[in-house]
Amino acid sequence: MLKINNLHASVEDKAILKGINLHVKPGEVHAIMGPNGSGKSTLASVVAGKEEYEVDEGEILLNGENIDELGPEERAHKGVFLSFQYPVEIPGVSVTNFMKTAINETRKAKGLEDMPANEMLKMIREKSEMLEIDRKFLSRSLNEGFSGGEKKRNEIFQMAMLEPKLAILDETDSGLDIDALRIVANGVNKLKSKDNAVIVITHYQRLLDYIVPDYVHVLHDGKIVKSGSKDLAHELEAKGYDWIKEEVNA
Amino acid sequence: MSLKEKLVSSFMAFENMVDIDSPVHDIRTEAIKSFETEGFPTKRQEAWKYTSLNLVLKHDYSVFPKHENALEFKDVKKYFIHEIDCYKIIFIDGKYSSHLSQTTHDGIDVCLMSAALSKPKYRLVIENYFNKIASKDGLSSLNTAFSAEGAYIHIPKNKLVEKPIQIIHFSTGNEAALMLQPRNLVVVGENSHVQIIERHQSLTDNPVLTNSVTEIFTNKRAIVDYYKIQNDRESASLIDNTFVNQKQESLAKVHTFSFGGKLIRNNLNFYQNGERIDSTMKGITIIGNKQHVDHNTLVHHIEPNCESHQDYKGIFDDSSTGVFNGKVVVEKEAQKTNAFQANNNILISDKASINTKPQLEIFADDVKCSHGCTIGQLDESAMFYLRSRGIPEKEARALLMFAFSNNVLDSVKIPEIKNRITKIIANKLGVNIGFDL
Repeated sequence: MLKINNLHASVEDKAILKGINLHVKPGEVHAIMGPNGSGKSTLASVVAGKEEYEVDEGEILLNGENIDELGPEERAHKGVFLSFQYPVEIPGVSVTNFMKTAINETRKAKGLEDMPANEMLKMIREKSEMLEIDRKFLSRSLNEGFSGGEKKRNEIFQMAMLEPKLAILDETDSGLDIDALRIVANGVNKLKSKDNAVIVITHYQRLLDYIVPDYVHVLHDGKIVKSGSKDLAHELEAKGYDWIKEEVNA
Repeated sequence: MSLKEKLVSSFMAFENMVDIDSPVHDIRTEAIKSFETEGFPTKRQEAWKYTSLNLVLKHDYSVFPKHENALEFKDVKKYFIHEIDCYKIIFIDGKYSSHLSQTTHDGIDVCLMSAALSKPKYRLVIENYFNKIASKDGLSSLNTAFSAEGAYIHIPKNKLVEKPIQIIHFSTGNEAALMLQPRNLVVVGENSHVQIIERHQSLTDNPVLTNSVTEIFTNKRAIVDYYKIQNDRESASLIDNTFVNQKQESLAKVHTFSFGGKLIRNNLNFYQNGERIDSTMKGITIIGNKQHVDHNTLVHHIEPNCESHQDYKGIFDDSSTGVFNGKVVVEKEAQKTNAFQANNNILISDKASINTKPQLEIFADDVKCSHGCTIGQLDESAMFYLRSRGIPEKEARALLMFAFSNNVLDSVKIPEIKNRITKIIANKLGVNIGFDL
């Protein structure tokens, strides 16, 4: 599904990713953990195609295709989805209209007709119920005045609507209370299948109790310095990151 | 011969066409003198610092069209808000078109200025209101001097006029270059409510210069909703001089949608003569190429406990230029005034520019006045967010621009106008968003 080879990326000439290698197969859940500033969000943004990041070396292959030259929308059309750490407020565009536009533009890119209105409404109803989202919420301006938890839930709602092949959840757990965390995690679990993959970026092991990873990677100073099973997450929770830094430096 | 000289010398020819014994003609004679002294404004005047009329004044305009021209409704239907039943006052090359119009005298007068200026039954209204608030500057004086035709709307008290009134000025291009001086008078009686839509539409690329004056009087508790749709060809220029005189507790709203034309100057003036008055000015400007749109507003707060709201949004592409000059005067007696002004702009191209200038003159000490102007580019993080959801760059840009100007449409009370404006915007931005905001 996703193959990242020796990826180096920088922003304004400052190197942030310094040789990432990652291989994600369909049906897998990967967790990427690491201290602040290690490059976790940059990795997510680079895969999603944020243009202010420069890829200096290496490649990102999605189902064998190098996506480096593709714009964010083209990557989305190929099934990449990024759940933002800080979703952007867009006053004047309702959640529903935004979703309609996103879905129909994606269909257009695939040469499909617009989704019939009744089908769209049905889908919106099902997915919002799954994430326990109030219907009234859907007519509000996108993310405007939403609480932190509402924003994150809205991200997963968008993911549910767009049914991506590769979902990257960038600190989706931050700002969520335990109930919201459970709802969001259940949503993600319901969307999981043998054909899609999820990358969970998080500081804490908490979310990984609900979305159980097949692999855990530790990112430090722009490199994956350690990979392991879900037990690695528990170890990090108990011992912090310092021992990894020491191991790397040794 | 300069355009000024040509206009002054054609005044005598004009006198042969109108009743020179009417009291209005004394006003016209005064006005032509005043135009002769003042002339056209130049960039040396503070209020015209960023707008030069030189390019639009250089054409050899016909001042009086030679022919009467006709148009078929089907050919110009798209310029009408035809989805709803409306009164219509339609002009072709400055001449009234009875064929396209639908006027009324049934309890209200929705008819022609030429009739109002000549028939005795309108004399009292004309005496009381005509040229009472129009300014004496060169352009308004020029219009007053040649005032003969336009819309005359008189709503007596306690009338809720349900059908909106459309005023459309078509120019057919039968003249190589045409100058028009439409003159409108709107008098709304106590407790009455009227909705007016005004549009100027050129049908060819021959240059047209319209110098229009509209006087609006809202009596006690009257409500006026005025919509100006400016979406003309790039050969047409418009100088719109609108003066609104409000009495107590009246509500006047003017929406100006400026999407097309070579040069547009909106001189929009509100005078509040009474307490608890509300004046609202809103605008969306979306232009490109070398187009120029200038909003010059004035609110004169004269008495206590009144409000004014100004909200203008501008999106400028290519080498287009915009001007916003919003003046708010609060007199010493006008305590408890609440005046709000906002002008937000997005420059899409490096060559586009906007000059925005709030001007507050406050002589009262217990008032709330706020103003703010912003000039920026589209938010890149919002662009990435939309694109990461599969919305292509062009559509994402359009969506953000829709969102940016959207709140100005909130106060548009006629859904068909809102739809029309939304469609014009989508068209301007070259996208099909797939839903109406």
